[in-house]
Amino acid sequence: MKRHLSRRDLLAGAVGTAAIGSFWTETGAQSVDTTTHQGEPASELGSRSSHERPKRAPTRTRTTSRTPLQDLHGTITPADLHFERHHGGVPDVDPNAYRLLIHGMVERPTIFTLDDLKQFPATSRIHFLECSGNFGGRNAEPETTPQNVCGMTSQSEWTGVALARLLQEVGASPDATWFLAEGQDAAVMTRSVPLEKAWDDAMIAYAQNGEALRPAQGYPARLLLPGWEGNTNIKWLRRIKVAERPFMTREETSKYTDPLADGTARQFSFVVDARSIITSPSYPEIIQPGWVEIRGIAWSGRGRLARVDVSTDGGQSWQAARLQEPVLPKAHVRFRHLWNWDGSETDVMSRAVDETGYMQPSREALLAARGRRSRQYHLNPVTGWTVRPDGRVFYKQEPRW
Amino acid sequence: MVTRRGSTSTRLGLSVFAALMLSGCGGANDAVSFTARSANQAQRINLATVDAPDRYGLGQPATRAEIEAWDIDVMPDGTGLPPGEGTAETGATVYARQCASCHGPEGEGGSGEALVGLIPGGGAPFGPTYEDWRGDLDDVPFTIGNYWPYATTLFDYINRAMPSAAPGSLNTDQVYGLVAWLLVKNGIIPEDAVMNAETLPQVMMPARNLFVPNNRDGGPEVK
Repeated sequence: MKRHLSRRDLLAGAVGTAAIGSFWTETGAQSVDTTTHQGEPASELGSRSSHERPKRAPTRTRTTSRTPLQDLHGTITPADLHFERHHGGVPDVDPNAYRLLIHGMVERPTIFTLDDLKQFPATSRIHFLECSGNFGGRNAEPETTPQNVCGMTSQSEWTGVALARLLQEVGASPDATWFLAEGQDAAVMTRSVPLEKAWDDAMIAYAQNGEALRPAQGYPARLLLPGWEGNTNIKWLRRIKVAERPFMTREETSKYTDPLADGTARQFSFVVDARSIITSPSYPEIIQPGWVEIRGIAWSGRGRLARVDVSTDGGQSWQAARLQEPVLPKAHVRFRHLWNWDGSETDVMSRAVDETGYMQPSREALLAARGRRSRQYHLNPVTGWTVRPDGRVFYKQEPRW
Repeated sequence: MVTRRGSTSTRLGLSVFAALMLSGCGGANDAVSFTARSANQAQRINLATVDAPDRYGLGQPATRAEIEAWDIDVMPDGTGLPPGEGTAETGATVYARQCASCHGPEGEGGSGEALVGLIPGGGAPFGPTYEDWRGDLDDVPFTIGNYWPYATTLFDYINRAMPSAAPGSLNTDQVYGLVAWLLVKNGIIPEDAVMNAETLPQVMMPARNLFVPNNRDGGPEVK
């Protein structure tokens, strides 16, 4: 709950308990006057305030967990709150035994250790990662949080070596056009990736937000394909095979493809289209009439956002929100919009527009373009929140689909 | 018996001498001869190359044995398929023991996804034909019979990732047998067909021509 303590609450509490050096907080817990004794000493490892308990939301099968978007204020996701999606659990990889093999259409098939990778010139970039299946809003109940609508997107500062540099090191063939990336998890997860992405901005990342990758994000090294659907960013990367055609793995044929209305199915649909979500106000917040800052995040896998529009009247009119600088390409951007709520029921919504001119579509536009069989992957419809006259906020309902 | 997913205990510390000897006789299994990357390609590399060398001399040459230990992928033309064979009959036993508890006795699905079922209109071996189907057509499950474009992918995936409780535990003949069983149950091959490195790439899947290349490329049109 994001209700704020009023000055009156504080005064009333302080007057009643000042004599014993403590006061009652909003939640009823007795709080000690921190000015009268020494606090905790320095420690080896920091932790959150005991009053802050953000949590990922794992699904029943425990193959995914979602980032609590509503609890975050910036654009970098704390590493322990980064969403998870794995196909064979999270392996415990010994960094000393870790090896990356690059072979196939290369002049010098080579095995790199983790130390080898770290010795190459490094690069750091801030990018989001989003799962292709990151839409929990279809037929969702009013009591649905941003975390459950689209919490399978997270952002980190990634550090590693450009894949192009490794391909240069091994002498990739000029005739090669694709590469296979393979993990060392129990799924031995594979995806085929066009080599153009390697020459563009792909990297092998070994650090996340300044420290070693978390196991759930691919420790000790992963593929990072900025702006591309999450599962292509192979974690626990053990092998890259350079080739001249795609391998047609399970994940790029029977999964992560888009069945279309005309009976065909779209394949190699890699790039994440522009999207946004209002993270506040959202369920289960309760707001008061008056000035409300509408806040959220927006992103596009195709580059920079051009703008984010916010509607406070259910989509009848839209205003451009303020974007927090820097607006980085292929990155979460925070948007904010001040709104003077008059206390009447309404829907607040957001839509992202990226630099290619793509505008985040409505659910109806997606259905019209793809048909009803395509309801699993690459869904980025405009979503919203219904604000009731009593200030309660609920996930905006759509017809069942 | 061939190891299904490559040895995890491969020794990576062979002497440089041995490594050079081995890489000298081919190294990669795609024998591609080429000399130098074109200037054009070098320009496309998004690197700060002003004072950077072409090579840093990091890493060790991979030996043939090291590559073979991990090189388990199978392509649609059959590249990568190992020797061995199986039929639906041999596969049935393996399926009942290793797969049925998750995917259902007839591949109809359970805690694991449905594996058997044809294209709507073509009938489904475990249930009502499409003409009798009273449910939502859009909710027909995606199966091997109606959505997998390549039979070779079955071998590749089962070999690398199944069964989920013990991935990598099946031998080559067991995987070929499972592939044969699944293809028979989906009505794609005759019951007595033998699946091996020669026959599997020739299997034409019902969904073979279903797939079209990506056309989502940004811009104002919703696709």
